[in-house]
Amino acid sequence: MHELSDVYSYLRWKKRFPAVWCPGCGIGSIMGAIIRAIIDLEIPKDDIAFISGIGCTGRMPVYLDFNTMHTTHGRALPFATGIKMHRPEMKVIVVSGDGDSLAIGGNHFIHAARRNIDITMILVNNSIYGMTGGQVAPTTPIGKVTHTMPYGNYEPPFNPVELAVSAGGSFAARGTVFSILQTTGYIKKAIKHPGFALVEIISQCPVQYGRMNNLGSARDMLLMQKKNSVPIKKAKEMSEEDLDGKIITGIFKEEIKTEYSSAYRNFAKEIRDGTGREDSP
Amino acid sequence: MKNGTKATAKKGTGKINRVTIRISGSGGQGIISTGMLLGEAIAIGDERNVSQSQSYGPEARGGATCADIIVSDGEIFFPECNLLDILVAFTYEAYEKYASLTREKGIIIADQSAVDVLSGTAETIKVPFIETAREKFSKSIVANMIALGFLSGYTGIVTGGSLLDVVNDHYAGSKHRDANIRAINEGFKLAREYAGSAKVFI
Amino acid sequence: MTLNRKSPRGNPLLFIQGNEACVYGAIHAGCNFFAGYPITPSTEITEGMSVNLPGIGGTFMQMEDEIASIAAIIGASAAGAVSMTATSGPGFSLMQENIGYAYMVQLPIVIINVQRGGPSTGLPTMLSQADTMQARWGTHGDYTAIVLTASSVQEAYNVTIRAFQIADRFSTPVIVLLDELIGHMREKVELTMINNKNPVRRKLPEVPPEWYFPYKNTLDMVSHPAPFGEGFRYNITGLIHDKAGFPSSVEHEVINRMEFLRNKIMQHCQEIWDYREFYTEDAKYLIIAYGSAARAARGAIETLRNMRIKGGLIELKTVWPFPYLPISKIAEKAKSKIIFVAENNMGQLVHPVNEIFSNSVKVFNINRFDGHAIDPYEIVDMVKENIYA
Repeated sequence: MHELSDVYSYLRWKKRFPAVWCPGCGIGSIMGAIIRAIIDLEIPKDDIAFISGIGCTGRMPVYLDFNTMHTTHGRALPFATGIKMHRPEMKVIVVSGDGDSLAIGGNHFIHAARRNIDITMILVNNSIYGMTGGQVAPTTPIGKVTHTMPYGNYEPPFNPVELAVSAGGSFAARGTVFSILQTTGYIKKAIKHPGFALVEIISQCPVQYGRMNNLGSARDMLLMQKKNSVPIKKAKEMSEEDLDGKIITGIFKEEIKTEYSSAYRNFAKEIRDGTGREDSP
Repeated sequence: MKNGTKATAKKGTGKINRVTIRISGSGGQGIISTGMLLGEAIAIGDERNVSQSQSYGPEARGGATCADIIVSDGEIFFPECNLLDILVAFTYEAYEKYASLTREKGIIIADQSAVDVLSGTAETIKVPFIETAREKFSKSIVANMIALGFLSGYTGIVTGGSLLDVVNDHYAGSKHRDANIRAINEGFKLAREYAGSAKVFI
Repeated sequence: MTLNRKSPRGNPLLFIQGNEACVYGAIHAGCNFFAGYPITPSTEITEGMSVNLPGIGGTFMQMEDEIASIAAIIGASAAGAVSMTATSGPGFSLMQENIGYAYMVQLPIVIINVQRGGPSTGLPTMLSQADTMQARWGTHGDYTAIVLTASSVQEAYNVTIRAFQIADRFSTPVIVLLDELIGHMREKVELTMINNKNPVRRKLPEVPPEWYFPYKNTLDMVSHPAPFGEGFRYNITGLIHDKAGFPSSVEHEVINRMEFLRNKIMQHCQEIWDYREFYTEDAKYLIIAYGSAARAARGAIETLRNMRIKGGLIELKTVWPFPYLPISKIAEKAKSKIIFVAENNMGQLVHPVNEIFSNSVKVFNINRFDGHAIDPYEIVDMVKENIYA
């Protein structure tokens, strides 16, 4: 367990609270999980670049005592890419909502995964656009009501974990806010992993998504996460029908393969030393 | 000439006030690199002002390609070639397209194979660039080097020394260097054969 | 024998394209990070950076699009890089949002826009100056742009170096507005800064981290956010923020921030403004132009003077902030009767000129938007026509 005072020492608590998030929101728990993971890994605050895009999740960096950057909508990953490439010694962590990373930022998401650049991507999936007031997201399940799907959503959603893996990401896990300790473990592994590491965290948005779909209070929604969670091992033995509406949790991929920023450094060194390809300058 | 290190122009000593040259042919004939070499030889070797431009996009990869060179001892205010003083055409298509843009007092230097019916009002001289390249070098690609040598010897727009220097630079360490140098010299030789009708631009 | 490629000052002489000159300029200025996306007619800059940066310890990345390109260079700038991207019309449009971001968070970057014809895909391989206004007003919100330009390949080299210096000096994005003609044309260039002893390097704060405020108003009205990873942990946000970088919508903070951002540029105009005058002392007929159009205008002025017509030219090297003051002073001193604005578009630069001379002097626009350079004689004809009208 972590001392509360240790956790507090990572917050810019003097000025920045209360947080912007609604009562019952899962993002605060996720922020706590990230802090605890970093405490356990003993990474100095100065070595962490903590980047976000726009949206509810995008507001997280301002509360945290790292090198923080709140960028433009959907673009956290390319900003983070620039930081990682110029200072490869830094730990670069991106937090992003489902709309930010998969809709407007979808292209950057697959390309960061393809490059397998050493960035930890914490994807907070609450199935909806919260900051703008409850519109459909690329993760909203079919049939669910949002302000721009007033008759129920008819667009099939993304599976972010599968997307990252098929695009080339070398670590991918899914956890829930309900099982926050388990999720903290995934975050730790992801930060330690040398390559593009995605942790998708299923979170609750009682104010928008919950209310519009009669899912009850934050407590009810958390209990639903518990009820619907299926560990990946168990899921392998279940039929597709049985898995409908379930949240498969666990580590889906963990593989060591060529990482982009170090590959670039090696290549550039070869060019400098003149040991590169014959036709190189 | 600055520093006195450069050879002076062979023919005449006058200043050039805007001479426009277009080298044209089809994509893959080395038109663009020919234009670059010519421009560089005049700009750096002969120390004149040169603006050089070329066709871009799909045109540069096939069809009628051209490289334009504008030479002047004054400032070049208008870096486009509306009217040509010298046209070098390697293909029929290029000759047809640009002959009419050549000034009456200008000159068209065309490959023998490029001219069927004379076009435009400028004097056209036909030179066997491609044939010479095939016969003496067994490769048509050096035709443009022969043409550069010819252009130098025939018009004096570029000094032969600068031309040889720039080719030496660009092909340093390359197996194509010797062939290119020989091709330029072949061009000088051809120019002497045509010398009777030479137009002097300098 | 080889060519003598040394200038009398001992610098290398090259015969290269404007785009290639930008590459040399960037490297000699100290650029160590480039992210870009290929687009005609600026691709040669991206290609040139890919050749040069890895060997000098810099980073080159070809990104997935132009939005990612500018995001990456701003990120790198936050990490302390001296960074740049290059693009053309459509890509420049895609970058607009993040140009505003870099302005708001005060991170230095350089963006080269080799203009091509538009709108839309337009004329990719032909000359245009139709992004004159986009460079000024492209991003959303109130914004003060620094936009520099060049009318020859040598100037493309010089202006790229200057762009890095100004971006660093004011911690803000600087746009270099070239046109297709200058970008693709080959001319002789002297690499005057090849042994640059003072390449642009990002400064570290002079105070300890606990006293550090990234956006504090300083004496010279410019703040320089510290690079990440140097022990100065702070927040960067595109939201209106206070001196510590934390979001704020308190009235006086908003006014402070907006005014600070504008004033740091507008109060230093004298440092940023750059222009050249040709025969302006007695120019009854004054031409204002930049880039390729200014080149033609220089030719026109020579011809006009030969005809004993008192033409003069102000060639802008800084397009924005627009040199209102110098232009009005020059025109006033010369008692100019007619102003001509020559540009390769349907009329953009003419608007700020109209603002200066709204009622006092007649302003005529000389436009060409068919993808070709303005011929000096077009300007001569236009001037003559309007003199005797």
